[in-house]
Amino acid sequence: MNTTARHDSYDVVVIGAGPAGLAAATTAAEAGLSTLLLDENAGPGGQVWRAIASTPVRDRNHLGADYWAGSELVEEARSSGAEIIQRATVWSLDRNLEIGVSVGGASFFVKARRVILATGALERPFPIPGWTLPGVMTAGAAQTMLKSSGLVPSGPTVIAGQGPLLWLLAAQILRLGGRIDRILDTTERRNYLAALPHAFAFMTSRYFAKGLALMKQVRAKVPVVTGISELAAAGDGQLATVTYVSGGRRETVPAELLLLHQGVVPNVNLAMATGIEHRWDDLQLCWSPVLDRDGNTSVEGIAIAGDGAGIGGADAAIVRGRIAARAAVEALAPAAAARLAPMASFKASLVKAERGRIFLDTLFRPAPQFRIPSGDTIVCRCEEVSARDILDAVAIGATGPNQLKAYRRTGMGPCQGRLCGLTVTELMAQARGKSPQEIGYYRLRAPVKPITLAELAAVPKTEADVNAVVRG
Amino acid sequence: MTKLADAIIIGGGIHGCSTALHMCLAGMKPVLIEKDYAGRHASGVNAGGVRQLARHVAEIPLSIRSMGIWERIEELVDDSCGFESHGQVLVAENDAEFDACRARVAELNALGFTHEELIDGPELRRLVPAVAESCPGGVVSRRDGAAEPARTTTAIRRKAEALGATVREGVAATNIRKQDGLWRVDVGADSYAAPVLVNAAGAWAGRIAADLGEPVPVETVAPMLMITSRVPHFIDPVVILRGRKLSFKQFANGTVLIGGGHLATPDQDRNETVLDWRSLAISARTVFELFPVMRSATIVRAWAGIEARTKDELPVFGPSARHSGLYHQFGFSLHGFQLGPGAGAVMTELIASGGTQTRIGDLGIDRFHSSQP
Repeated sequence: MNTTARHDSYDVVVIGAGPAGLAAATTAAEAGLSTLLLDENAGPGGQVWRAIASTPVRDRNHLGADYWAGSELVEEARSSGAEIIQRATVWSLDRNLEIGVSVGGASFFVKARRVILATGALERPFPIPGWTLPGVMTAGAAQTMLKSSGLVPSGPTVIAGQGPLLWLLAAQILRLGGRIDRILDTTERRNYLAALPHAFAFMTSRYFAKGLALMKQVRAKVPVVTGISELAAAGDGQLATVTYVSGGRRETVPAELLLLHQGVVPNVNLAMATGIEHRWDDLQLCWSPVLDRDGNTSVEGIAIAGDGAGIGGADAAIVRGRIAARAAVEALAPAAAARLAPMASFKASLVKAERGRIFLDTLFRPAPQFRIPSGDTIVCRCEEVSARDILDAVAIGATGPNQLKAYRRTGMGPCQGRLCGLTVTELMAQARGKSPQEIGYYRLRAPVKPITLAELAAVPKTEADVNAVVRG
Repeated sequence: MTKLADAIIIGGGIHGCSTALHMCLAGMKPVLIEKDYAGRHASGVNAGGVRQLARHVAEIPLSIRSMGIWERIEELVDDSCGFESHGQVLVAENDAEFDACRARVAELNALGFTHEELIDGPELRRLVPAVAESCPGGVVSRRDGAAEPARTTTAIRRKAEALGATVREGVAATNIRKQDGLWRVDVGADSYAAPVLVNAAGAWAGRIAADLGEPVPVETVAPMLMITSRVPHFIDPVVILRGRKLSFKQFANGTVLIGGGHLATPDQDRNETVLDWRSLAISARTVFELFPVMRSATIVRAWAGIEARTKDELPVFGPSARHSGLYHQFGFSLHGFQLGPGAGAVMTELIASGGTQTRIGDLGIDRFHSSQP
């Protein structure tokens, strides 16, 4: 395995080897640009095709055709001439296009003429009472275990939340013989009405039939309770029960595992730390980078593709990766761009890939009570700050997430607000009667992933130093 | 509409806020204008060192004055500001550095200052057990310590407002002028007028001074800091190296702040800094060598605040040499945080009483102009 880059500088550095990053690196390298693809995981694929080159789950039906479609893109990237480094943690990027990378416990820097960020999405926080108890985890974390190690739940398990990934995970767990006792669907009933005008476009997208089939499969095996309006996890140092309210009826069920999921949001950590301008997206309820038609950001030379540019799914991510890479080729080697498919054809593919997205965004817009906690519910788990603590600080003058740090250590712990940022912004916006755009977000800074002092010092490593690097 | 005030203070750092607070305590009604929010820049993001140790002689009286206020800061602003006094220690890593320490302490003693104390190797290791055996000694200032900078600046601002200061945040002061005997500034659609104007605008203060015909040799700098994850408690005092650029402080929660004055590239018009990771790697290496306990700690954040550094690295503090009613309070050159409380008190004395008992004569703006042709 290569642990450092072969060169100090590249025409294009792509960060993240999910659908967008693989497509971008392939396109740039095929056009003859020197291309480096840096990816944090053990193998390429990102979240959607996690462990595609190594998963122990060999029966193709279990993970589905969409998962295996990733192999082709991985092969293309590997034969494109792009240099690919796995287990490479990019912890810094600045407006001079200098990139801080750590591989195998040592850091190095590379420079790029163009950077394409393809850092994908993160799960939206789901701060219900008891969400920090052992036994409560995100659906994404469960899916990671399933894809990498074939692990599925065997004890009493409840899945709560909404969105396509939730149903996909449930189906995958069931196919692999895992146990699910109940699914609690938090989709707001009024969202069905709101989404109706967009339903036709969605029905013509390829996600429609697939989604219906998945839900049917799951419903045949697991009781599904819809219209969940309240949700809480409880237990003494360990999850024991899940309590929910549906249609005015409160019920408590025993559980050893609660999987939570209410959609994904762009992973803006590296982009924001670089100083790229972002705006609040009122439909997707998250921060999205301000981009031009080709994915270029407010920082010269940096483009964003894939879900990091706004949630669009894997098909859209691939096309956005190609568009961003083609734009880089046009800028750096205009003659080589002629070898690539025309931009117009990419743009047409993008329209097709994004069809039905508004329907999903509207239908699965998470309800306020599951985004904006109250009372003793923990918001910042690193520093154990509750919703009430934050409201108290607002009452005596805290105006936004950065000012809040002067009152509470919210966002100053090991995760630096990566887990609680959206919750803090929305909570403060609601408390102050302002929009999230006006309230703003934590000022994020590098390292966007923790690195050890030894890694930064770039001194000889011991095995223990390397093993101590646990990424958050 | 023009609103009248007793004084207009430009800049909501610890200096502007402290001056506003002390003016209120003296019965004045100031207006404080901050283009971002109080503590947004250097005052909120510095290392939080409350240090008399190793200061230039010219600012020692102001530093001592300030120390007295720090020691009753909670009484003053109703918030502890996270202030802790475990001393600050300057470590000599070799005999030559130790000799320099000895000479420095002797010089201060001759001037009548006793806050710095020479310590030998055993006392150094008693105070800082983790320090390498090869270090021959150092200097300690036992009343020194550290506070939480954003919390402190915010608490001072809050108390000033509670005592009657008007605080305007989020809009810059523009069109600064003197007209009909009063200083006037525009803040968005509003105008303020007052007989006194205090220029406490940090990295932006040099422009204000220059626009008012009093240019000062000052540059914008951005000293970098990094903070680690929690490690087991191993050190109480703040530690500074005599020879290498490193300062070091462990908070009560176990996190360790690493600083020392390596600089980022500031972009003050964007409110941004670009960090220099190669310099931070040097700091990481120094810590790695000196404190093995730190080797597996993770760095969770690095940052830099924007501030002003003068050519002689001393603040510009006191009345204008050119305009009546104008006072300068800027250019603290990477060591202004500890001076904030005292500087606000002294500035208020200068303005309200026309003089102060604290010796600040060597800090005036005229020092830059007297030598000019």
